[in-house]
Amino acid sequence: MGNFAYFPHTEDDIRVMLDRIGVRSLDDLYSDVPADFIYNKEYDLPDALSEQEVRNFFEELGKKNVQLKVFAGQGAYDHYVPAVIPYITSRSEFLTAYTPYQCEISQGTLRYIFEWQSMICRLTGMDVANASMYDGPSAAAEALRMAVSCTRKRNKVVVSTKLMQNVLDVVKSYLKYPDVEVVYAWDVLEELGPDVAGVIVPSICRHGIIQDLSGVADAVHAAGALLIEYCDPSALAVLKTPAEWGADIAVGDGQSLGIPLCYGGPYVGFLACKSEYMRKLPGRIVGQASDKDGKRCFVLTLQAREQHIRREKATSNICSNQSLMALWVTVYLSLMGPEGLRKVNELSFAGAHYLYDELLKTGCFEEAFPGRPFLKEFCLKPLVPVDVLQQKLLDAGFFGALELDGYVTFCVTERRSKAEIDALVAVIKEIAL
Amino acid sequence: MSKILEELLYSESHEWVKVDGNIAIIGVSDFAQEEMGDITYVDVPSEGDSVAKGEDFGALESVKASSELYAPVSGEVVAVNEELEDKPELINEDPYGAWIIKVNMSDASELDSLLSAAAYAEVAK
Repeated sequence: MGNFAYFPHTEDDIRVMLDRIGVRSLDDLYSDVPADFIYNKEYDLPDALSEQEVRNFFEELGKKNVQLKVFAGQGAYDHYVPAVIPYITSRSEFLTAYTPYQCEISQGTLRYIFEWQSMICRLTGMDVANASMYDGPSAAAEALRMAVSCTRKRNKVVVSTKLMQNVLDVVKSYLKYPDVEVVYAWDVLEELGPDVAGVIVPSICRHGIIQDLSGVADAVHAAGALLIEYCDPSALAVLKTPAEWGADIAVGDGQSLGIPLCYGGPYVGFLACKSEYMRKLPGRIVGQASDKDGKRCFVLTLQAREQHIRREKATSNICSNQSLMALWVTVYLSLMGPEGLRKVNELSFAGAHYLYDELLKTGCFEEAFPGRPFLKEFCLKPLVPVDVLQQKLLDAGFFGALELDGYVTFCVTERRSKAEIDALVAVIKEIAL
Repeated sequence: MSKILEELLYSESHEWVKVDGNIAIIGVSDFAQEEMGDITYVDVPSEGDSVAKGEDFGALESVKASSELYAPVSGEVVAVNEELEDKPELINEDPYGAWIIKVNMSDASELDSLLSAAAYAEVAK
């Protein structure tokens, strides 16, 4: 064995342990594995590196990263991250997100999960939220399974193709094996029928248009199904809530609440519902209780839904959650408050609408959906080759003009200054010339 | 020793059945409620649902466990004890009074395979 300073066992330690259990070598521990399955050749691996060499390697690799100004969205948004968040979330009290079964020693963790649930309920208008999900798309898939278990003898779900592509892709793979029939439709109401358990629609569609869901809940409920709304929780500070639209379940991705963009994750999903469906809600739920002295305290509750008690009858096999990221969002929301979150939306809205108008003036685009309301993300019809457009932007340090359904999309958050927007427009004007 | 009523039939999974014409009234035994502890929730089917002998039709949740309810007979659910929704503790207080569902039996001969009070006393030990 080489000189691996951080391996906890010395060769003498290993010898003593092997002697104690009566085995000659470490390889003998694998004697049950059939010889055919054992790889006997030399591993083709590079030589080990010293600590300094590893550092050099990654520093060189890191230099290849380019910091782009983000003008793209599609489910992940470049909102501002207050600098204090990582300091609070990396306090040692929060370092394990492991399920706090033992409430006597876990009041801190349980408390912030309870706060997260409460904040998600405030944003969505729902009665109950769970302790979090992996991300928005998997929360959407779990919500569809939940609709099936809430409505007996119905196993069909209708998924709006107005949802973002990442949501559609995950729903498709997540629901491939459970006994659920998935129907995809642009107009979900056309697919309603006696076997439909649930319908999922976005509050803002993949093209950035704020949806008017008038009458949708009534139609879905009249057909005996549940309405699930997929929403951007940041936008809920200014838009009608899922509860106001009459939805039964609200899901979405918490990334827009101050989680930085980082190659797709880690993010955090949320799943909230009306109280009548809480026993079908998957995942952990923290509840408020009183200790023996009558003081407010927090415990995991309604655990009979979960697989460690209910086994194969559990509402879901989700037993984990994204607690550290839920903590991150909880800290973000505490810092922003309703006023701050409103301001984030107002600035994003103003920037996006300014960019929209300026881009149309370049002559490189036509309106895709004239007169339709949008918040921070929109589509335009490109009149110039999209690959040229994208390359020009990349060369100038911008990330935007994602291609989608024959359009290009742009997104502006409160992080983008007017100067940055003007600089992006100037780059595009060069193409028009 | 838990209470076992003479006039009822029992299943090995601790449900009791009271027969009223073609209607089977179903609950859980005193032994079952004692084993479960304080019951906090009763998950029941809806009226009009069909149940099949031996298959689960709902569940009991207590402070320490969750347990499936198994149908002692097959048929259609014609009534559900809605009082249990708000007062699940009725099962602890009066297990033979707190019926859970009433089933219109599709095959009354299934009753023959249920246990008498004496036979159930051997199971509920």
